[in-house]
Amino acid sequence: MVDLTSAPEILRTADGRPLKSALAQAQRKAKWRAFFLVLPLLAFVVLTFIVPILKMLERSINHDGFSSNAPSMVAWFQDHPASADIPEDAYAALVADLVQMQKDKTAGAAGTRINYTVPGTISVFKAAARSADTLVPPYKEALIASNKMWGDPLLWVAMRNASSEWTSDFYMVSSDLKRNADGGVERVEDNQRIYLYLFIKTFVLSLVITVSCLLLAFPIAHWLAVLPMAKSNLLMILVLLPFWTSLLVRTSSWIAILQEQGIINDLMVWLGVIGDDGRVRMIYNQTGTIIVMTHILLPFMVLPLYSVMRVIPPSYARAARSLGATSWTTFRRIYLPQTLPGIAAGSLLVFILAVGYYITPALVGGADGQLISNLIQFHMSKANWSMAAALAAILLAAVLILYWLYDRLIGIDRLKLG
Amino acid sequence: MVSTSPNDAFVAFEHVQKSYDGVSLVVKDLNLSIGKGEFLTMLGPSGSGKTTCLMMLAGFETATHGRIMLDGTNINEVPPHKRGIGMVFQNYALFPHMTVGENLSFPLEVRGIGKSEREAKVKRALDMVQMYSFINRRPAQLSGGQQQRIALARALVFDPSLVLMDEPLGALDKQLREHMQFEIKHLHESLGITVVYVTHDQGEALTMSDRVAVFNDGRIQQLASPSDLYERPDNSFVAQFIGENNKLPGVIESIGDGKCTVRLTTGEVIDATPVNVSEKGAKTLVSIRPERVEYKPEMMPAGAHTIDAEVMEFIYMGDLFRTRLRVAGSDEFVIKSRNTLGQRMLSPGEKIKIGWAPQDARALDPM
Repeated sequence: MVDLTSAPEILRTADGRPLKSALAQAQRKAKWRAFFLVLPLLAFVVLTFIVPILKMLERSINHDGFSSNAPSMVAWFQDHPASADIPEDAYAALVADLVQMQKDKTAGAAGTRINYTVPGTISVFKAAARSADTLVPPYKEALIASNKMWGDPLLWVAMRNASSEWTSDFYMVSSDLKRNADGGVERVEDNQRIYLYLFIKTFVLSLVITVSCLLLAFPIAHWLAVLPMAKSNLLMILVLLPFWTSLLVRTSSWIAILQEQGIINDLMVWLGVIGDDGRVRMIYNQTGTIIVMTHILLPFMVLPLYSVMRVIPPSYARAARSLGATSWTTFRRIYLPQTLPGIAAGSLLVFILAVGYYITPALVGGADGQLISNLIQFHMSKANWSMAAALAAILLAAVLILYWLYDRLIGIDRLKLG
Repeated sequence: MVSTSPNDAFVAFEHVQKSYDGVSLVVKDLNLSIGKGEFLTMLGPSGSGKTTCLMMLAGFETATHGRIMLDGTNINEVPPHKRGIGMVFQNYALFPHMTVGENLSFPLEVRGIGKSEREAKVKRALDMVQMYSFINRRPAQLSGGQQQRIALARALVFDPSLVLMDEPLGALDKQLREHMQFEIKHLHESLGITVVYVTHDQGEALTMSDRVAVFNDGRIQQLASPSDLYERPDNSFVAQFIGENNKLPGVIESIGDGKCTVRLTTGEVIDATPVNVSEKGAKTLVSIRPERVEYKPEMMPAGAHTIDAEVMEFIYMGDLFRTRLRVAGSDEFVIKSRNTLGQRMLSPGEKIKIGWAPQDARALDPM
């Protein structure tokens, strides 16, 4: 009789070792071999992808332009809590640092750091450093006499925040926030709120581009999916053709088509739709960005849709028709729901690509067709690495949130990219 | 017997032709009348045009020529969703994004039937196939046989008077297939619906149908009841396609009074019934069912010609013995005998004489 109350016995191999460890040992060799096979790729990804991204994230919260060049100020800020009244010894520490900066030629670097939050301070720092060794006590009056900005509490708040190399200042600037004289946080003036506006514009334009891609790609993908293989392959090449053409060539051909002296305007003038003086501006603005990016990103929508539609058997539509559904009901209730994984995958792909797209808006966006990536590039060209990194990190976070939402709503395992 | 005269036919194909490419005809001059309440099977090899006929009836293909009538009206121009024909597909075609209940509710919703009536009809249809407890499952969570039942229930839930089935049991294993055959047959009998069933499985066709239309090469080769089809095939194709069959090629030696004798290519003379041969000297192919061949002298029909045979192989099949013989120069001649008490097992190399009643040997067209 079997004793059902005893604990389950550990399974053992013929020579008495526990089955689990025997299995692990038997598989260990295969696991190591697999690991060594992927090691080169792993190292490549870590070195060229993960490390740079972490480095970028670090830059967005780390800047030692002020803290490393103003040791006396750093010490003074550490010993004294924040207060509206700045005493003479703080100015003495400042002058000592300014003298050292003039010797090391680092006044510019320190000024640049403060300049991020209080614009116009680079020149103030440079001028003060040049004349620092001629100043005599009391330094407070002497400095304020040379430039009254030195008495501005905002400048001291900025310097106190910059006295640590770790800072959230760049994220605050990227979110159109600033510190006030009490050290609190408030929104910047209306006419200076550029970052949030640009983020919103980037997301809205990306949404418009995604929707127009979807509207254009859906019929194409459906057509490709129902055609016989030989014909659909030929058409697929036409869809993929833009992939194989240089981005610059494609973009310049759009310029030729859309510009005010371009083909479409010429045609409309010739047809008499518009007068010669009423030519429509379709490029170097938001319209241009939307049209050209829709064209460039279209294949990324067609391919996932096609791969999903290809495997939907035509018998579903036939079944729905035989059950009494009109063709519109069949499309809405039977076909469309089954293409959702493709719609979701294509939309996610196009949206994420559009949000980070740089070259096309730079070429055809003009003044109001610029996206956040163009601003990131602008900061990089000015060597404002921390600003660029903070903006890029916000963009990355937004995309990751979208990705997470997608996973929650649709499930990442249902993603079909082709 | 179901009435099949064209005047009161429920479904009628009248001179229907179908071409996909404008070069060749897939269906050549089809004329077929199906009575109300009949279970008609279209049987044939793949490419014989049977599925095309079904699709034309369902409205998914248009006839290139001819008329298709349903209950007295021409439905050539009626779109599929207005025909009110239930259909069961080969791969079931259950909508994967809907539950079983939603699948069944769909045809009722598009007909604008109210919620309470919908629920009652869905329940009735699911009870009919004993699947009501699965109402909230998705098709992917069901086995093949269960999906099959749901597909059947969905095709019946809106009370169509005509149901089409396109090889609905093709994907099931043998045992389940046989079980479902009976279930479909019983549903047909209890609901009184008309069923047009397409299959390439002759056993299925014989088991379920009132009448079977054997298709080949775009034409109906024979339209008859299962027993007629099996026992009295009209031509060599039907004889070959339905059941196992022995072929003996020869020439008509004498003919008359519903009987004939055939001289085989190797010289022997056998008895046969002329079917589609009419004159002396015509080439023919004599077809004999393996179970109608007799080899025990005491059982031989009186006056039958016998011919020599040599046993090549004896296979014990349980309920049957299957013996392969060399007859008239060919060693593909098969006889089947039931495993009855005292039945003799033949052994290879044994020389025997075989014969048959003349009505069991049918002299058909040479293939």
